[in-house]
Amino acid sequence: MNFFAKHLGALAAGVAATVLVAGAALADPAIIYDLGGKFDKSFNEAAYNGAEAWKKATGGNYIDLELQNDAQREQALRRFASQGANPIVMAGFSWGTALTTVAAEFPDTHFVVIDAVVDAPNVQSIIFDEHTGSYLVGVIAALKSATGTVGFVGGMDVPIIHKFYCGYAQGAKAANPNVKIIENYTGTTPAAWNDPVTAGELTKAQFDAGADVVFAAAGGSGLGVLQAAADAGKFGIGVDSNQNYLHPGSVLTSMMKRVDVAVENSLTDSNFKAGLTVLGLKENGVGYALDDNNKALITDDIKAKVDDFSAKIQSGEIKVHDYTTDNTCPA
Amino acid sequence: MSSAILKPLPTWADVVLLPLANLVLAFVVSGLVVLAIGHDPLAALNAIVTGAFGNGYNIGYTLYYSTNFIFTGLAVALAAHAGLFNIGGNGQAYIAGLGVILVVLPLQFLPWWITFPLAIIAGGAVGGFWAFVPGWLQAKRGSHVVITTIMFNFIASAIMVYMVVNVLKPPGILAPESAMIVAEGRMPKLGAFIPWFKNTDVNFTLLLALACLVGVYILIWHTRFGFQMRALGHNPNASTYAGISNSRTIMIVMTLSGALAGMVAVNQIVGVQYRLVLDYVSDAGFVGIAVALMGRNHPIGILLAALLFGALYQGGNELQYVIPGLSKEMVVVIQALVILFTGAMEGLFRPGLQRIFTTLSPGQKANAIAASQVKSES
Repeated sequence: MNFFAKHLGALAAGVAATVLVAGAALADPAIIYDLGGKFDKSFNEAAYNGAEAWKKATGGNYIDLELQNDAQREQALRRFASQGANPIVMAGFSWGTALTTVAAEFPDTHFVVIDAVVDAPNVQSIIFDEHTGSYLVGVIAALKSATGTVGFVGGMDVPIIHKFYCGYAQGAKAANPNVKIIENYTGTTPAAWNDPVTAGELTKAQFDAGADVVFAAAGGSGLGVLQAAADAGKFGIGVDSNQNYLHPGSVLTSMMKRVDVAVENSLTDSNFKAGLTVLGLKENGVGYALDDNNKALITDDIKAKVDDFSAKIQSGEIKVHDYTTDNTCPA
Repeated sequence: MSSAILKPLPTWADVVLLPLANLVLAFVVSGLVVLAIGHDPLAALNAIVTGAFGNGYNIGYTLYYSTNFIFTGLAVALAAHAGLFNIGGNGQAYIAGLGVILVVLPLQFLPWWITFPLAIIAGGAVGGFWAFVPGWLQAKRGSHVVITTIMFNFIASAIMVYMVVNVLKPPGILAPESAMIVAEGRMPKLGAFIPWFKNTDVNFTLLLALACLVGVYILIWHTRFGFQMRALGHNPNASTYAGISNSRTIMIVMTLSGALAGMVAVNQIVGVQYRLVLDYVSDAGFVGIAVALMGRNHPIGILLAALLFGALYQGGNELQYVIPGLSKEMVVVIQALVILFTGAMEGLFRPGLQRIFTTLSPGQKANAIAASQVKSES
């Protein structure tokens, strides 16, 4: 009897503790990572870093979740919303449909979606000018290439990745009108974000075809591109996060898409602003990464040229075509 | 020989005690894993139980997962009664979505109570066809269904990716998914009638699942065809001798089995997602094998096992919300351990239990000895 009473007490304490924890979680912001996982060293990890930075800066607490499968998006959103989490931040372009449904069910909860546009009074949509950032790394790639051939390995074959490609191609052409560009994608499903083996094979094929700089816009798969470039002694270009540190001397630069900054800002509810927010070169939302790891690779000459292009894009002198506006690419 | 005098377990022990022992073992091992990575197993257990049954919201989601598992469990069980091991439930449930969406989308302006029955027919037809082909190959060419059904899973998966990405995806949408059914054509969820369920995914397909349980029971034990398939399952030579066409029975059973699995697509597309997304089956087809094993291929057992696995899936999902340190991989490990112990290693305790029962009951022991002597004399 005594035994049971003791353990019942422990169980009750456990229940009470859970209730307390649940109570404390009230009104904490939440972040949901997309397929590919929190530690993909790219898109999702940028979101994670942003959340951690927010935690450090504000001392606040956030709750997070890694999505397991496409069919769970609505359940995850609902779960956080009914728990009282606010705001709820999600990173990824696949959230559109699920968020449209759930945002209507919870009109008092603020939702922030990165990379997708949802038109609802309680949703802030943040998108990036990936085409201008990609333009700049395209310039660097073309200037650095000795063979005059540069490569592009995309993740899932979707318009947003074509937007990366199209900016990259325009930049490369601007720096060297005779440049040859090879374009490949790892797949057509979300699994393509997490397939470094295929991405590595595509990269090798591009090297065989004469490329010596390859830009990976492929989430977690991009690691395969950078690895293949390092193995072959050629150059890779990282994406989303600053990936220069992964293979110093081989990662030429990274097309920074400051998902981390967007997440860090979004987790504070007072920053919530319903509607569309576009982050470009001017807002430091996109750009190319320069640090100790690639300082030796980016010569002063290249740097001057790139910064010149960047200034011209910001002033409006150069218009970079956005693939997603009409699904065509001039380059 | 002590092993020679082991008697089969009494029914109650086989149906209740053995699954319970397996479940307890699964929880103990999972608890050790949770402990090993530095979390409190009791808190985790508490999170799973309250996550699955805590309130209407949790129960709603548990029932939604259970709905899928009832269909796939029945699909496996029905085939098992005819001696066929249909492990292609996943692919059959997946490809059935194609039939459902192709019927539902053009008719989306009709009220849901018209499209719902049509979706059931379409899902059943396509899912059934996907199992009929392996059934035909088994019946006419002797290709084993275990091999062909699992291969058909891969074919289904490839076809679905192609269809969703290249055919069904409306322009302008980035995510790989079909167009949404318009709001007027959507089937309301049960929460619309029973507010207690809140906005969870449980829907009328649950009633369809319960109807299927009854239907399968009647089919197996109270029809001529049910007798034929059980005869085939017990002894193909005897059923041939009795004038039953084995190949016909195999093809019909496989088709019915695939049609049952196809109902998962109805639940997911008509009841929950209102569109076709990739991988919506979420391995329900494979969980169905464990459900059928644990449920002893009987509808009542399948209902209970489906509830258990539904609770595990929903409770397991809740783990990551309640205990932040438990990553999604950890949750999968725990779910897999339960499936391993209750499904794959289901017979682990059987010899031990048999020995205990034989020693504990003198009457049984005497019977067993008598039975073994009869056997050795004959």
